[in-house]
Amino acid sequence: MPTTTGAEIGADLIREVAFELNRRAAIHIPGDVRDSISGMAERETEKLSKFVLLEIINNYKVADEDQRPMCADTGLPRFYAKIGNEARIEGGFVAFERSIREATARATVEIPLRPNRVHPLTRNDYNNNVGIHAPSVDYTWEPGADWIEMTAFHKGGLFGGDYRMLFPGDGIDGIRRFYLDVISEFFKRGLSCQPAIVGIGIGGTKDTCVKLAKEAACLRVVGDHNPDPAVAELEAELVELGKKTSLGAMGFKGEGAVMDVHIEVAYTHTGGMPVSIHHQCFALRRCTARIHPGGEVEYREDPQWFTDYYRRDTVS
Amino acid sequence: MTTTSDLPMDEHRLTTPISREALDKLKPGDIVRLDGTIFTGRIGVYKKLFEEKVPPPVDISSLTNTTFHCSPAVRETAPGEWEVSAVTATASFRFEKHLPALMEEHGVRCVIGKAGMSSKIYENHFKRLGAVFLNTVGYGIGAQYSRGIEGVEAVHWLEELGIAQAMWVFRVKNFGPFLVECTTRGESLYEMSNAETNETLKGLYANLPPPALKRMGEICGPEEEVF
Repeated sequence: MPTTTGAEIGADLIREVAFELNRRAAIHIPGDVRDSISGMAERETEKLSKFVLLEIINNYKVADEDQRPMCADTGLPRFYAKIGNEARIEGGFVAFERSIREATARATVEIPLRPNRVHPLTRNDYNNNVGIHAPSVDYTWEPGADWIEMTAFHKGGLFGGDYRMLFPGDGIDGIRRFYLDVISEFFKRGLSCQPAIVGIGIGGTKDTCVKLAKEAACLRVVGDHNPDPAVAELEAELVELGKKTSLGAMGFKGEGAVMDVHIEVAYTHTGGMPVSIHHQCFALRRCTARIHPGGEVEYREDPQWFTDYYRRDTVS
Repeated sequence: MTTTSDLPMDEHRLTTPISREALDKLKPGDIVRLDGTIFTGRIGVYKKLFEEKVPPPVDISSLTNTTFHCSPAVRETAPGEWEVSAVTATASFRFEKHLPALMEEHGVRCVIGKAGMSSKIYENHFKRLGAVFLNTVGYGIGAQYSRGIEGVEAVHWLEELGIAQAMWVFRVKNFGPFLVECTTRGESLYEMSNAETNETLKGLYANLPPPALKRMGEICGPEEEVF
């Protein structure tokens, strides 16, 4: 693997790591999700739902044994980058993004990933998952750090996401009902490929709450809680409500199929309460790496995307 | 009335083309594994066949009677040599417009897909023609399914449609497991299952008022379906 020189993080290294992140994400299920599904399978008493859960667990094993992607819909590869405020990247952010695009094209051919990215109207497919606004890269920053972090995520599926402009008068009941609506829409027949992690973005603007819902579903691990106790309480309540729906894996009767509920909030317009909900399927493809200026690379499963700095609520 | 909890979930191993007699034995919730030949098709293939009226690149009815709503993750190991890395199904309800023609004109009697299709197409076409719908399990178990793909016999329309939409012909062995969703009698596992879960859902909505702002065209109750 190429190494960096001086304090700059090299573009070649970024390209290598971006490729490796795609490979690991496609094949190996993170431990938090595997443990969550295993727990559900142990508790499940309905035979159809239990059968499905056991096959899902077996598939995680086969993917590891054969080093194959766990799902043929390898999704839309995308990246989340956390950049240390003191980090320096060789060639700057233009080189950073070029490295990510080159790594995505190579990963598509070599892992392989399915070339899902097409032009929305002509349906043109370059067979490499690269194109206009693809792969997308989202950024946040880390004060005082000299490293950069990248998370590769393969976001599959067409279902399990929705947005609604609610109002303060709709209150928490409005959120509860919307949560049930999205489960009714997409857990039925298993369109969400549940068991799922449910991400909910509340507030901000329309685009902010959609972004937060997706990040909450994809970038927080099963079992963690929002640091705001009131938000965490709503998360726990909605996990229980998910169990009561009786919609299990593939939509069959069961003990429910919500692995966890993750809520993120953003300050919003005084008149409204926009809400977005996003279901992340059990084939959760995610891997994170931190690259230090000396060239050391640490891979891990938890993206630790939501930091105090990212969620900051003060002027500074 | 049988509930999904009481289904025997009997296991079957079938060879394509699957005989009418073998298809008739399948019951909702039974588990199926396949040997033989299958072909894939999704919107790219259907548009070519039924909208552009391009003749099929191969005589489908003499090849197999089993199709798969799938596009694979594949690697080209040498020119024209393909290694299938993972296969899963894509949601089938989107193909209702074209599926009757595929069944009528090309002899398809076994459809492997995701999430089943509407009661209407089961009644009007599957039951009439003696066809079955098999659901892939869980929907994201592509590594396991790919173990059942012995090889790629052919890939058609690759240049025009790309890897994800091309028509792939696979030789399969012990390919599965799949769950019987629609039988040759038009019975549906999801119709049974949805009836059970709808009762629970309706109760949960009891004290939750509808939101102040409605949306055009939206469905109104938890017992309704999005397609």
